[in-house]
Amino acid sequence: MEAKNTRCLSQVTEGQIVSVVAVTGGRGLRSRLTTMGLLPNTQIQVVRNGGTGPFVISIKNSRMALGRGVADKIMVM
Amino acid sequence: MTDDKLKKITVALAGNPNSGKTSVFNMLTGARRHVANYPGTTVEVEEGPCRHNGFRITVVDLPGTYGLTTFSAEELVARNFLIDRKPDVVVDVIDSSNVERNLYLATQLIEIGTPLVLAFNMSDVASQRGVVFDIDQLSRLLEAPIVPTVASKDKGGVALLDAIVAVANTAQKPRTHRISYGDEIENAMGQIETLVRSEHPGLAAKYGSHWVALKLLEQDSDLLSKVQSRPLLDILDREIGRLKILFRDDPEIIIADKRYGFISGACQETVKTTIELRHTTSDLADAVLTHRVLGLPIFLLLMYLVFYLTFSLAAWPMAWLEHLFGFLSASLAALWPPNTDNWLRSLLIDGIIPGVGGILVFLPNILILFLAIALLEDSGYMARAAFIMDRLMHKIGLHGKSFIPMLIGFGCSVPAIMATRILENRRSRFTTIIVLPLMSCGARLTIYGLLIPAFFPQNWRGPVLWLIYLTGIILAVIAAKVLRLTVFRGEATDFVMELPPYRVPTLKSIFIHTWLRGWMYLKKAGTIILAFSIILWAAMNYPKIPKQSLVGLAADEIRHAQLANSVIGRLGHAIEPVIMPLGFDWKIGTALIGSAAAKELFVSQLGIIYAVSSHEDSAAVSTLRRHLQDDYSPLVGLCIMLFCLISSPCVATVAITRSETNSTLWAIFQFFSLTALGYVVTFVVYQIGTLLLNV
Repeated sequence: MEAKNTRCLSQVTEGQIVSVVAVTGGRGLRSRLTTMGLLPNTQIQVVRNGGTGPFVISIKNSRMALGRGVADKIMVM
Repeated sequence: MTDDKLKKITVALAGNPNSGKTSVFNMLTGARRHVANYPGTTVEVEEGPCRHNGFRITVVDLPGTYGLTTFSAEELVARNFLIDRKPDVVVDVIDSSNVERNLYLATQLIEIGTPLVLAFNMSDVASQRGVVFDIDQLSRLLEAPIVPTVASKDKGGVALLDAIVAVANTAQKPRTHRISYGDEIENAMGQIETLVRSEHPGLAAKYGSHWVALKLLEQDSDLLSKVQSRPLLDILDREIGRLKILFRDDPEIIIADKRYGFISGACQETVKTTIELRHTTSDLADAVLTHRVLGLPIFLLLMYLVFYLTFSLAAWPMAWLEHLFGFLSASLAALWPPNTDNWLRSLLIDGIIPGVGGILVFLPNILILFLAIALLEDSGYMARAAFIMDRLMHKIGLHGKSFIPMLIGFGCSVPAIMATRILENRRSRFTTIIVLPLMSCGARLTIYGLLIPAFFPQNWRGPVLWLIYLTGIILAVIAAKVLRLTVFRGEATDFVMELPPYRVPTLKSIFIHTWLRGWMYLKKAGTIILAFSIILWAAMNYPKIPKQSLVGLAADEIRHAQLANSVIGRLGHAIEPVIMPLGFDWKIGTALIGSAAAKELFVSQLGIIYAVSSHEDSAAVSTLRRHLQDDYSPLVGLCIMLFCLISSPCVATVAITRSETNSTLWAIFQFFSLTALGYVVTFVVYQIGTLLLNV
């Protein structure tokens, strides 16, 4: 199935560009992320990870802040 | 041509939040608009009129949404409006620098079938970023006219209206470039569609069988709840199961993927970015405002500013309003000879004018607060602010944004409860609203101001005041936690939130928006406040003691006697046995009931009960304090303050709660649960206190 280099988005360092593999978690979460464009094979860049602020990604020309625990549920490569 | 002869067109405005949809609405309708809740919800929908080329156009501003799913009440309202009210045209406002994601909503609008016009808003920003559109080609592929606009600068309005009128008057042709969901899904849709038509013809007629089939495959909870047919549900389960195995993912995800694929395909040749931008000004601003160290202090400073503006700046118009009402009172009083005891005069001067005054006194606060919030939201800062307090608030089970209304609550609950509108999550919002009165408000300060110096020596006064405020906060935290574990259980935080680039807000639209909102909602709550003011006036003044019995008494004693004889006075006596375990007597009881209208009245009520002069000078206050010292112990003094802190939020608070939650039930719940909590806490404190002090 998925390759060994699949990891949680939360583990990606700032500045890196990754590709979405899958989203785990409940239907509410997955449905919402889908509407916002976080689909398999979409490219995202990690803008901010850690510290006191939110987890911020750049996707399709806009910035998104991910809520608590969400970055753990997005698998990327 | 008279109005009646003009043809009518209804236009719905849809679009992502932050796409400038509000500016487009302003551009089309100006200041003439009307806000209302969509029936059965707390979601606001604005409507405004417009005239163009001999047509009377009604523009309806739907809530900003990213899609038309069942994710939120806003999305459902947007969807239901399109289906139930069937507008002639829907204009999707697109943020031109972010076309692909913005078009996702457009694909769902296409699926619903309402004739579509696309407004490519913020086209100036897009040009600056070097984005170039082949508008004709894109328009052809999407089969909808595209009008570039810069709504914040009033550009593109006429062209947009032309497009709207053109589309409204053209018969709709079936689409050439349909969104293809792939063979497997289309196959499944076909089967389900057939069953929908045979098993639920009503649904098919209302929504279109094709659309119903699509939604069912997406496992849309709203549509699913409308389907009962066993055979249909069985086939649905089977198909979804099959597709899941085939794609190793939910059909919903695949369908979304196909939509984005359709968009991608259309944009491939028609949207080009020519400049590579590395750092935008927005990023620089973020570097400071969400700085690891500076972020929090900056946030607290801004919050202090909001608080200060809301209450200090509002003080001027409020003082002016007070003068106005004083003048009004005096003028009305002058219509009768002095010292008449006319019921109408009393009703007007002691009942209605204070009642209306009580409503209007909030207007400056609310307007300024809304203005401040609108500035924070429109500039883009609010999105960041939500995260700064998030960790702390999350521990209580509340959203980071709850911090702002709670802070305002230290001034007054009424604007604070209205400020909870910045919370989109219903659970977070309702929880915050219910516990808000525990943030000790400015009115209660008058009670502490009377009682603390009466019962506590100089050194103790500061700490006691602190203790009371702290108790309120701690109880709010506990209550919020309890509510979130029981009544409002469930997800409270956002999964994902867009961080719009920082922007200079357009002041004109903010002003219009703010004025209307403030006024509209005060009107709603105002009726309840006025009604209660009149009831309380009657309860305080009737039944009256016959003139003969009052001969020879001083003015203060007369007022005392009247109060004791009135409904409120009698109620005060009646509840005495109930409040004795708290250390209270009928005098405190009467003052408590009387202060239901506004907490400030507690002090004046006590004044009347002790027959102290009605002039609020320091002599009168000292006299009152001495009376209180004679009658009660410091422990009771503390208990009175605790009870006032926790229980029975004032009438205005209850009215606003009812108005903001759209439910009388929650307002009643808030009132009774807080009063019960107050009773229990005061009881415990009094009993334990008595025990400790007597040992």
